[in-house]
Order: sequence, then C-alpha cells, then structure tokens
Amino acid sequence: MGVKVSLGVSLGVVLAIVVIALVGGEVSALQPVFGIFVPYAAFVIFLVGFIYRVVDWGRSPVPYRIPTTCGQQKTLPWIKQNKIECPSSTLGVIGRMILEVFAFRSLFRHTKAEMASGNIVYGGSKWIWLGALAFHYSFLIIAVRHLRLFLEPVPFLINGLDLVDGMFQIGAPTLYLTDLLLIGAVSYLLVRRLIVPKMRYISLANDYFPLLLILGIGISGVLMRFFIRVDIVSVKELTMGLATLHPVMPEGIGAIFFVHVALISTLFAYFPFSKLMHAGGVFLSPGRNLANTNRAKMHVNPWEYPVKIHPYEDYENEFREKMKDAGIPVERE
Amino acid sequence: MYDAWKILVGLAIFLGLFTFAFWMNAGKAAPIPEPKIDTPEIKKMAEAERKCVEDKHFMRTTHMQLLNHLRDQALREGNREYINQEGKKYHISLQNTCMKCHSNKKDFCDKCHNYAGVSPYCWDCHIAPIEQPKGNEL
Repeated sequence: MGVKVSLGVSLGVVLAIVVIALVGGEVSALQPVFGIFVPYAAFVIFLVGFIYRVVDWGRSPVPYRIPTTCGQQKTLPWIKQNKIECPSSTLGVIGRMILEVFAFRSLFRHTKAEMASGNIVYGGSKWIWLGALAFHYSFLIIAVRHLRLFLEPVPFLINGLDLVDGMFQIGAPTLYLTDLLLIGAVSYLLVRRLIVPKMRYISLANDYFPLLLILGIGISGVLMRFFIRVDIVSVKELTMGLATLHPVMPEGIGAIFFVHVALISTLFAYFPFSKLMHAGGVFLSPGRNLANTNRAKMHVNPWEYPVKIHPYEDYENEFREKMKDAGIPVERE
Repeated sequence: MYDAWKILVGLAIFLGLFTFAFWMNAGKAAPIPEPKIDTPEIKKMAEAERKCVEDKHFMRTTHMQLLNHLRDQALREGNREYINQEGKKYHISLQNTCMKCHSNKKDFCDKCHNYAGVSPYCWDCHIAPIEQPKGNEL
C-alpha cells in the first residue's frame, strides 16, 4: 500500500467518525447512543480485549531465554558486568524494565547512519525518544486530568495537576501546557513518518490511523475548551452518570462534545486489536523481561518430552535370532 | 499460562487503574450543583429585568472568555464600556457590576467551579467578598 492509500484510508476513517458524530450529536434521539451506549461499549471492548491479548501472550511458551543484550554480560569476576543493560538477576531485570517503561531506554539508543567523508558514521539521534516521551507523558497527564469529570468531589491532587498544567494562566480557561505538548508531539510523529523516506516506506495505514485519531482527539478537545464552548456542568452530569452506572443524558451539550467522545471511544475499541497494545506488550516482551542466564542456568523447553529411541543394542536383542539365521554378524551371542 | 501470578498481578493493577472511578463512585450519587440566583439585589429587580449581560446559555458556557476579554478591554485598553448583543450598555467591573447581583460567591461561582474542578484566578487580584457562612449569621 502506498502512502497515498494508507494515509487516505486513515484520514477518511477519522473524518467519517467526525462527521457521523457531528450529525448524530445534533439529533437528540441519537445523543444517548453517542453519549452513553458507544462509550460503554468501547470501554468494555477495551477491557476485555486488553485482558484477552495479555492472557494470550501469557499462554505462549518462551522455551529459551532471548533477552537483548545491550552491555557486558556476567562473566569472569574481573570483567565488569553491565547489570541493567545485560541483567543476570531479577533485580537487574526490574531496573531494566523501569528504565524501559518510564524512560523509553530502547528509543534512547536510537542511532542514525550518515556518510561522513566517505565513511559511514553512526551518531545518536534523540528526537524520536524526546518526541515519544513528550507524547506519552502529556497524554498520561491529560488522561489523569480528565478524572475531574469522573470523580465528585474532585480530589486535591487532580485539582493540583490542573493548576500546574495551566500554571502560565494564559487566557481563561487557562491554556494547558500538555495540550500544546501532545498536539506538537503527535504532529512530529506523523510528520516524521511522512517526510523521512525510510519511515514513509515502512509506514502502513495502521501506523497513520492511531496518530490521526489521537490528533483528532487533541484538536476536538482544544476546540471544545477554547473555541466551541460546551457547558462543562452538563458534561460532568453525563460523565458522572457513566461513572456511577446511572447514565443520564443532559440536554444542550454541543455536537463537538460528541465528536470528542466518538473519537476517544474509537481509540478505546481499537486499542486491543492494534499496535497500541505495546502498552501491555512492553511488560511481556521476552527480549526485555528475561534475565540473561542463558548459560549460567539450565533452561528446559517446557514442551520437551522423552523421545522414544531404539539404540542398536535393543535392535540386536530384538532381531538376534533372525540375524544369526541370515548370517549377519552380531556383537553379542 | 506461564508466569501466571505475575501476569495476573499486572492485569489486576491494569483493571484497578482503569475502573478506579467506578469504585470511587460506587453507591454514591453525584448531585448536580445549583448555583443560587436569589441575592437581595436580584430579588429587587422586576421578573422581566432579571437578565445577565448576555443570554443564559452563552453565560453558562462562555462567561470565562467574556470576563477575560472584558478584563483586557478595561485594564489594557482603558475602555470600561461593554455593549451587549441587545445594544445595552454596561460598566465593566467585576466587583461593581458582576458581583453587584452575584454577591454570593460561595453559592454561585464556587458551586459549579468546585464541581467541575476549576480554579479561576480571578481572586489572585480581586478581593473575594466576605460572606457569612450559612446558619452562622449573627
């Protein structure tokens, strides 16, 4: 699939969701569908699908150790081991996983090959690491901030996070720093796929779609906060109804809200079937979560069974008489 | 399942985090805030005149942007005259115009702001009105 098709299909699907929600959000009879049914359904698909995928991975045997070794392994006592990059103990693995999950260590290792005066040179390239970090953390903060719509009374920490995020007090309502960061970082990740030829070559519709979807979520959220205002009290009435399992559909919420919710619901429902499952997968990745004890310990393949063998001694015992009759020499009489 | 207990602990944490709001709200009702518009100044007005500077829907959704805009107009441009959609003129002043009718910050502003988890920075500069707590009047 060429970039035009992949990008076109992804953009088409995102725009179709926007249009459906815009139209549906204006029809009051359809509002409970877009405000209550779709979010609940998407959330259930997300939870069940996520657990299914993780359990499915858990049931897959990993017969032998396949850790990626990024440093000196444990060896002779006078050679210094890199305990985090090539862990040989559970503690080392925990350290490595913490670095991977919270700091994206493997992206930090990203290098770029360049020709310098006729020689190929590999240099560090930290932009993808920085972009991914900015994207994931701003998305996390934004998600946590949204708990103000699902908890009553709003916890002190959530209010505090809101204040810190809007600490520059630009405009009213205040501009959130994470909004800028998220949209900036997602745009970077998207543009990177589009303008770097190697990235464009390996990018598929299922790479563009989540980026465009998240960009759509960010843009619709920013529009709703700053440009096409909706009544936040009615919105919280709806979200609290969802969170208390007593759903209600307040009147007079603008269609932009339904666009935002439809895009988020799509993200939730799409999550377990997509590359976004790296959220669960990073913890189950045998390249990261296994200690490098390949030779220090005995590892037995869990599906190994005793193989039926028939050595020559047994063969001769079985056919000795027949062999003698036929004049074939035997080792034991 | 291999490493079953580790995976189950991880999945339990995942489920706990994502259904956190449901557990926190279990068995609780979340009453919708009802900001009070029964201050003496509002009661003095005739029924037909009981209107804010703009219509109710606009004020509910967009008052913060209007206030921000009026703040800029009054303090940065020195123009304290606001003409609303109906052509009516108002003197721009939070404390002398807005808070003249809405003198009940606790029962008006704070009701929705606390509910929606919003902390406006009006009171970084303005002095919040001193209100007697309900039932504690001397």
